Amino acid sequence: METLRPGPAEGERVAEPPAASFPRVVTGTHGPEEGAGLGTPWPDDVPPDQDDTWYPLKDDPYKARRMEYIIASLWAVTGGCGIGLMIAYWTGGQAQVEGALLAAAFGCLGAGLLLWAKFLLPGQGDIVGSRGEHHSSPEERAAVVASLSRGTDAMLSRRGFLVKKVLVPVGGIFGIAALWPIASLGPRYGRFLYHTAWYPGARLVDQFGKPVLASDVEVDGIMTVFPEGHTDTDIPANAMSPAVLINIGGDTIVERKLNEGFEVRYGGNGLVCFSKICTHAGCAVSLFNVLSMQLVCPCHQSTFDILEDCKPVFGPAPRPLPQLPLGVSPDGYLFARSDFVEPVGPGFWDRGGPA
Amino acid sequence: MSTVAERAAARKRALIAEKAFDELDDRLGTSKWLRNAMDKIFPDHWSFMVGEIAMYSFLILVVTGIYLALFYSPSSAIVVYHGPYKPLDGQSMTQAYESTVNLSFSVRAGLVMRQAHHWAALIFLAAIVVHMCRVFFTGAFRKPRELNWTIGVTLLLIAMLEGFSGYSLPDDLLSGSGLRVVFSIIQSVPFVGVWLAFTLWGGPFPGSSAFFSRLFVIHEFLFPLLLAGLLGAHLAILWHQKHTDFPGPGKTERNIVGSRLWPQYAVKSGSLLMFIAAVIFGLGGFVQINPIWVYGPFSAARASAGTQPDWYVGWLDGALRLWPHWEFRSLGHEIANPFFPGILLPGIVFAVIYAWPAIDRRLFNDHEEHNLLDRPRDKPLRTAIGVAALFFFADLTLASATDLIGNGLNISFELLIEILQYGSFVAPIIAGFVAYHVCLLLQRTAAHPIQRPVGGIIVRDAKGAFHTLGYEHAHGGNGHGGNGHGGNGHDAGPAEADAEEGARSWPAGQHGAGASAGPGGG
Repeated sequence: METLRPGPAEGERVAEPPAASFPRVVTGTHGPEEGAGLGTPWPDDVPPDQDDTWYPLKDDPYKARRMEYIIASLWAVTGGCGIGLMIAYWTGGQAQVEGALLAAAFGCLGAGLLLWAKFLLPGQGDIVGSRGEHHSSPEERAAVVASLSRGTDAMLSRRGFLVKKVLVPVGGIFGIAALWPIASLGPRYGRFLYHTAWYPGARLVDQFGKPVLASDVEVDGIMTVFPEGHTDTDIPANAMSPAVLINIGGDTIVERKLNEGFEVRYGGNGLVCFSKICTHAGCAVSLFNVLSMQLVCPCHQSTFDILEDCKPVFGPAPRPLPQLPLGVSPDGYLFARSDFVEPVGPGFWDRGGPA
Repeated sequence: MSTVAERAAARKRALIAEKAFDELDDRLGTSKWLRNAMDKIFPDHWSFMVGEIAMYSFLILVVTGIYLALFYSPSSAIVVYHGPYKPLDGQSMTQAYESTVNLSFSVRAGLVMRQAHHWAALIFLAAIVVHMCRVFFTGAFRKPRELNWTIGVTLLLIAMLEGFSGYSLPDDLLSGSGLRVVFSIIQSVPFVGVWLAFTLWGGPFPGSSAFFSRLFVIHEFLFPLLLAGLLGAHLAILWHQKHTDFPGPGKTERNIVGSRLWPQYAVKSGSLLMFIAAVIFGLGGFVQINPIWVYGPFSAARASAGTQPDWYVGWLDGALRLWPHWEFRSLGHEIANPFFPGILLPGIVFAVIYAWPAIDRRLFNDHEEHNLLDRPRDKPLRTAIGVAALFFFADLTLASATDLIGNGLNISFELLIEILQYGSFVAPIIAGFVAYHVCLLLQRTAAHPIQRPVGGIIVRDAKGAFHTLGYEHAHGGNGHGGNGHGGNGHDAGPAEADAEEGARSWPAGQHGAGASAGPGGG
């Protein structure tokens, strides 16, 4: 399996078994005594007197020299890549070229180092040392308790008046005071999660702010809509408002009691509008399956049946998407008759009973 | 071999080194420590490299990350893009997104650095997980190394959070959806959830104008500092306790066999660093990752199919998909759905992982110190539990790509999710059962490495000397517990029971085992 090291010098042999090394040979006489196993550790893990100057090509100067040339040429490639990188950078940079040069440079440097270590550098493979003792002696263990007690005994004298009756409560109060600035990090959330930017009379607009006519959506078509003036969803006040407007054609919707009369009929077609924020984890419910009339959330595949008032029919979403009460103005524009009548989006502790 | 000139040069070098070390020692007394350090022995086994891969990926993460930080702008201010990437021209976006696009396209070497950074993060986490598996399956976490297991698990936890925070910085559509989901998960915590989420984000989603500064500080400063500090402690403890090794000829609980730190181990390890850098920068140059300009800037009104997190968060995203539509409401309060897969599950998982050394101690009634590793087959129960856990996580990770896999396999995602829901129970049970029996079979078939013929082998070397090999083993056990079926008679139990009272830990195997039978031959 591995090369035997050069044996011990003549005359130094042989009666004792070689210490802990099978099939290795440990030179010198520092092996532990017979019968002691390795019971007496060396002071640290520096094993004395082992031949650790050996390396595979030590006795073959020709091969060693050849290995040096191989390593040198590998490192020369690294140097060449360095020049290449400078040129690449100077001429404007190009990701693939830079990647290739970096990979080749590091790869050749690493290959050279590996060959160097494996064939030309000593100290490898089968040096046997002691793990030493990293435990303290029983005396030292006792001493550390004594040292600690020197302090604690004095501190807790007089029934620990200073520590128990003063320092602990004071530390508690002061510690809590130090936590106070955390309150600055975020606002009190109040009723924020119960409302969106929709308001009575808000016209439905598309993402560019253009008001939506009741005739804008084809039968079985959908459209993402926003309350007028609130299309910028990077603002927290608007982020919960996006909704999906769907033309369900001649179909009827099985509405929950809460949402009765929320849809509008226009030209024989039913128009409904649901929150686009998933009741599971808040992603935008962006996928529409027209054949089954279902909305699907791309994040976790919650599926909502539009004709059943967006009841969740598959996936982890626990609640239907809230519906927006719609109205049509005399000039044909769609508007919201009010905000959503239940909190939009994922659940939270205070959301309040079943919808 | 060496020429006169070479010998003279070596003498000269030694003189210079002596002077330098003397100067240092006069001030710091370092020579003893340095000598021990350079002579330190590290065992060689390929599986011991995996932790090093994690360490070196972290190094590359720091270097590439510093470069990226010089160009990234953690601001949610809205700007209109006018730059070299024409498809986005005229779009409004946050400065965070714009600066990430710019550092990819307008900064020289920026794209390579960014992609290398992302690849390095994936490799970092992968190496941590594989390293942890190695430590788990070989029992390297056992006494006295429980503390390093704890630190290691904390490193994994922080590395996951660090990875996620970095993934979220560009504010593209994909990472924005991820942030939205995490906000919902935090919001679902009973009592304090909403307050906690609002506190972290500076307000309701998508957060106040300070949010990206906070994320940036966390990603650039807080977590890296923690990682570096804990990594330092991890290595210092490893250094102090010395590395474990597999049992084998000539290896005992009290010795260590391997390469010296200087020069062998240091140079080899350096070459590993270079190879890892080569792989990471090769991937960074050639394999596109996270092309945020394709996803577009985040908007709360949009999300796209194929929304996946990076692989190491996949199991949590998968859990969100597999957890049924349950949430609990009463008395006007509710525990929202994402709490269970998003908070409770990882909470339980990490609690079990943290507690594993204690569980393992009770499971095997083994309170001894160990420097020699178990082979996985020697502890079938532990191996089975580990394999079952891996199958559980694999099932959840697959679930994080249900839409993509469903498309690929031409089956509906509904069916796939149902399969994976059952799979999360069934797969671990079957895999654990199979692993257990494979362990038993392996025990019976292969000879254990510490089983050697009674009396040892006599060899004669080139100089004519005779060596009795295997003597040490025939004389006494090396204290390695395991292989109950091999019949070599020194299972940890009896050997350590034989040990004289008061004998602390590892002498047990050495001295006590003399009383137990020698190798009986398997």
